[in-house]
Amino acid sequence: MSQLTPLLTVDHVSLSFGGNAALSEVSFDVRPGEIRAIIGPNGAGKTSILNCISGFYRPQHGRILLRGTTDLTQTTTNQIAGLGLARTFQNIALYTGLSTLDNLMAARHIHMKQSMMQSMLYWGPARREEVAHRQVVEDIIDFLEIAHIRKAVVGALPYGLRKRVELGRALAMEPELLLLDEPMAGMNLEEKEDMARFILDIYERRGVTIVLIEHDMGLVMDISDRVVVLDFGRKIADGPPDDIKRNPAVIQAYLGEA
Amino acid sequence: MTALRPAGDFDRTYEQDMSVIRRPWQWVALAVVLLLALTAPRWGSAYLVSTANHIFYTIIAVQGLNVLVGYTGQISLGQAAFMLVGGYTSALVTTHLGLPFPLAVLVAGLSTGLVGLLFGLPSLRVKGFYLAMATLAAQFIIPWVSRHLYPDLLGGTSGRITAPVPVIFGISFGEVNNYFYLSLITLILTTILMLNISRSRLGRAFVSLRDNDLAAELLGVNLFGYKLRAFFIASFLAGVAGALKAHSQRGVGTEFGYGLEESIIMLGMLVIGGLGTNLGPFLGVTAVILLEDLAGVTGQRMAQLFPSQAARFLTSFRPIFFGLILMLFLIFEPRGLAHRWQTIKSAWRLRPFSR
Repeated sequence: MSQLTPLLTVDHVSLSFGGNAALSEVSFDVRPGEIRAIIGPNGAGKTSILNCISGFYRPQHGRILLRGTTDLTQTTTNQIAGLGLARTFQNIALYTGLSTLDNLMAARHIHMKQSMMQSMLYWGPARREEVAHRQVVEDIIDFLEIAHIRKAVVGALPYGLRKRVELGRALAMEPELLLLDEPMAGMNLEEKEDMARFILDIYERRGVTIVLIEHDMGLVMDISDRVVVLDFGRKIADGPPDDIKRNPAVIQAYLGEA
Repeated sequence: MTALRPAGDFDRTYEQDMSVIRRPWQWVALAVVLLLALTAPRWGSAYLVSTANHIFYTIIAVQGLNVLVGYTGQISLGQAAFMLVGGYTSALVTTHLGLPFPLAVLVAGLSTGLVGLLFGLPSLRVKGFYLAMATLAAQFIIPWVSRHLYPDLLGGTSGRITAPVPVIFGISFGEVNNYFYLSLITLILTTILMLNISRSRLGRAFVSLRDNDLAAELLGVNLFGYKLRAFFIASFLAGVAGALKAHSQRGVGTEFGYGLEESIIMLGMLVIGGLGTNLGPFLGVTAVILLEDLAGVTGQRMAQLFPSQAARFLTSFRPIFFGLILMLFLIFEPRGLAHRWQTIKSAWRLRPFSR
């Protein structure tokens, strides 16, 4: 598997806001079919690198290549979705006024073909398309066990469920690469275990490659294949979980000088 | 709030679940309402029919505003000016080109849509308050154009031209009892359009960019493209409403109520009815127009009772009334009458456990 071209290559990416360097010369790759974790203390630049990959931030230097060819730093933000990339947000970014179902249907946007006129007339093809995509969305609703809140307005849901709906929305895009920004932040143990189970299921059954930012070290070490460690915008370690655990630079970043 | 459905109301296919009318009694209710509306000129008074006509075309304009403000979360203070464009277009193409009325209304909608696109361009860069200022420009430029440019066509300084009585298949729609049907049929068509927008890809894209534009962009929605689509639909409907208004008043011009005040009243109607709901424009427009008429009548009555203050009562009663109602709604029911209606419905469904 490691002989294949990486699904995602982050190549010497530097990003600064004014004079503040958020990322300097960060490089790593993501192979197809792995769970890749990004860890680091607060303010290390984890979310910044995710924002660069998904096109929110434009790094000043470096390239981010998808499948070795498309440079995401040169792609319009709304076109990145069509390339098979989806993400969730640290602070949930759902469409609060829509129901769970409509949030997931809204994520089918890139897969639907109906034009503005067809939408307005809702005739034949448009109607059939809505039904077909509803089927896909219902499968995801079943999978994430959120059928009971299908028609509930998302803004009124509790935090844990909203996190799950957001995962569902990312899944509804049927991505090849899924970026998860702290999917378990603020959850209790039970909810965390549910979420870990969903992530592993997505990875194993749907074959989605996952990039994961998470603070729960036990969980990261359990489920990820390789880990990148960032500190103050620099990469300080990269490798399988067992190496990372023993890496002196990582221990120092997390625990300080011994 | 979970959408409560009546007990025993089950769907067997997704198509059933997605349909607007799902129970036989709803078809019956719809038929009754339509029948009542269609026969209104037979049983209603002249006041009722002409007010209904006024309400119908205003709803169409407010539906347009709803697409833009309610669904897409952009703001426009130029809806009345766009109605003026529609009114002028329709009056001009029927008078000078002799286009039949339905076609003229369509042309009015399309051309106003294009003008709306032009004023929607700033939405690429600015949001909220700043966009409101940018659309306010339409409210000043368009009436100015009508008074100063092409005086032969647009009526010059008087700012008014006549709009001919529509004649379709030899039937003249000069009487309001007849004209009423034109507004009603157009309203039915635009309502179907609105229902379809809100349940399809287009409507979800609109709402997604209202609720979270950053996420929407990441999910593949071309923000600018959809903002422009919203501006187009909003001004298209304003144009259609403007055409209906022009021919029903037999004339169009800046003095017939296309000013900033009307734009703001339409926004108020939408807020009172309920932003982002299809029921909202119906409830809001009906409530405001009926209340304004009530205020007008009350003002006249007060003027009779207090002759020394007559002029003040006649001129100021209506705006004060409207301002007061809008304020009360913003404080007590910011989600509008449509939300109140939803609450009442779910309370009835849970009865006797709703308290």
